[in-house]
Amino acid sequence: MFAEVVSASAPTSVSAAGGPDCHLMSGCGFPAPGAEIFLFEDIFTLQLASLEFGFSKVTVLLLLGVVAVVGFFTYAFRKPKLVPRGAQNIGEVGYVFVRDGIAKETIGHGGEKFVPFLFSFFFFVWVLNFFGILPGAQLPATSIFAIPVAFALIVYFTWVPLGMIKQGPIKFFTNMMFPPGVPKPMYILLAPIELISNILVRPFTHAVRLFANMFAGHLLLATFSIAAFYLISASVIGILGSVASFVVTVALTGFEAFIQALQAYIFTLLAAVYIGSALHAEH
Amino acid sequence: MKVVAAVSAASEEMPSVLAVPVDELIIGLIAFLIVFGALGKFALPKIKATLDERADAIEGGLQRAEEAQAEASRVLEEYKEQLASAREEASAIRTQAQADRSSMVEEAKNEARQAAAQVTAAAEAQMAADRAQAMSTLTRQVGELSVELASKVVGESLTDDARVRSTVDAFLDDLERQASN
Repeated sequence: MFAEVVSASAPTSVSAAGGPDCHLMSGCGFPAPGAEIFLFEDIFTLQLASLEFGFSKVTVLLLLGVVAVVGFFTYAFRKPKLVPRGAQNIGEVGYVFVRDGIAKETIGHGGEKFVPFLFSFFFFVWVLNFFGILPGAQLPATSIFAIPVAFALIVYFTWVPLGMIKQGPIKFFTNMMFPPGVPKPMYILLAPIELISNILVRPFTHAVRLFANMFAGHLLLATFSIAAFYLISASVIGILGSVASFVVTVALTGFEAFIQALQAYIFTLLAAVYIGSALHAEH
Repeated sequence: MKVVAAVSAASEEMPSVLAVPVDELIIGLIAFLIVFGALGKFALPKIKATLDERADAIEGGLQRAEEAQAEASRVLEEYKEQLASAREEASAIRTQAQADRSSMVEEAKNEARQAAAQVTAAAEAQMAADRAQAMSTLTRQVGELSVELASKVVGESLTDDARVRSTVDAFLDDLERQASN
C-alpha cells in the first residue's frame, strides 16, 4: 500500500510529499516516506575529466564527518599527557577500546599494526551513522549505499592482498577452501562454498549489513515523525495517534543511537575478523 | 523491500537506492582515506607513544619499587651483619677485658707476693745479722765476764790469753751443750 503511495507521490520532489497542510482530516493521504528521502539533488557539480562529481547533502555530511573525527582526535591527542585530562581521556577510552577490544582480541598477534585502520573505521562510521539523529543533519551518510560499499571495498582490498602476501598467493585460497578438521569427501561441498562466501559474498554482506541497518532505521524514524505531523487534526484518534507517533519517534531515536554505535562496531569488528583470517590461516 | 520495489517500479524517473554512483563511491573512498591518513599519521602515533610510555612508566615504577625493595633488604642484611659483628667484637673485648683484669690481678698479687717475700727476706737477714752480732757481742762479754769472775774467784790474773781462751771455750762448749740438752 505504501509502495503505491510512494510511486504516486511526485518522484521528482526530493522532500517528503504532502506539504504543511497535509493532515489526517484534510483529505490528504498519508505521505509515507520512501526511497526519495535518500535521494538528494546536487548542490553543485564538478566536472573532472570524464567524471561528474555531484556535491549533495551526502557529500556535505561526509566532509563534516571527516572534520569532526579528524578534528576531535587531533585536538584530543595534540599534546598527550601521561596523566590524561578532558578530551584526551575520552579519546584514550576510544583508542584502548579499539586496540584491546577489537584489534588485539580479534586479530591477536600482529593486531597492533591495524589499530589506526580499525580506529578510523570505527569512529568515522559511527559519526556518519550518528548524523541520522543529529538535528539539522538527520541523515545517516551510511544509509547511502555507495558509502558502505566504498568502505567495504577498502577493507576487501586490504585483507585479500594481505592474505596473499602472508600466506602465499595460492596457499591463501587453498587454506580458505580446505579448512582442516573436515572429512575429506566434505571438501567437494565445502570448497566452493568457502570460496564463494569468503571472496564474493563477504564484501557484499559487509557493505549491505551497515547500509540496510542505517537505511531501515532512517526510514522508520522518518515514517513515525511524518506520522506524528500528519495525524495532528481535530479528532481524538488523530491527537492520540500523533502523540503516540511522537513518543515512538523519541524512543526510536534512542534505539537508533544504540544501533548506530553497534553497527559501527560490527563493521569494524568484521574488518578485524577478515584481516585476522588473512594474517593467520585456520589451523 | 516495498521501497525497493516501489523504486524499481518508478525507476524511469528515480535512481535506485541500491545504485552506486561512481562519484559518491570515490568521495566515500577519499573521505575515509583522509580520516585514516590524518589519524594514522598524526593523532594516533602520539597517543600510542603516550600509552606505551605510560605502560613503561608503570612497569618501570614497579621495577624501581622492586629494586628499592631489594636494596632495602640488602641494606638490612648488611646492617644485621654489622650488628652481629659488632656484638661479636663487643663480646671479644669483654672477654679480653676480663682476661686482662684477671691477669692484672694475678700480676699484682705476684708483685705483692714478691715484695712481701723480699721484705720478709730482708727482715730475716737483718734479724740473722742482728742475732749474729748479738751472739758475738754476748760471747765476748760472757768471756770477759767469766774471766773477770774467774779471776776474782780464783784470785789470779789470767793473763795467759791462750789458756784463758781455751778455758772460756771449754766453758762455752759446756754451756752450749747444756743449752742443747
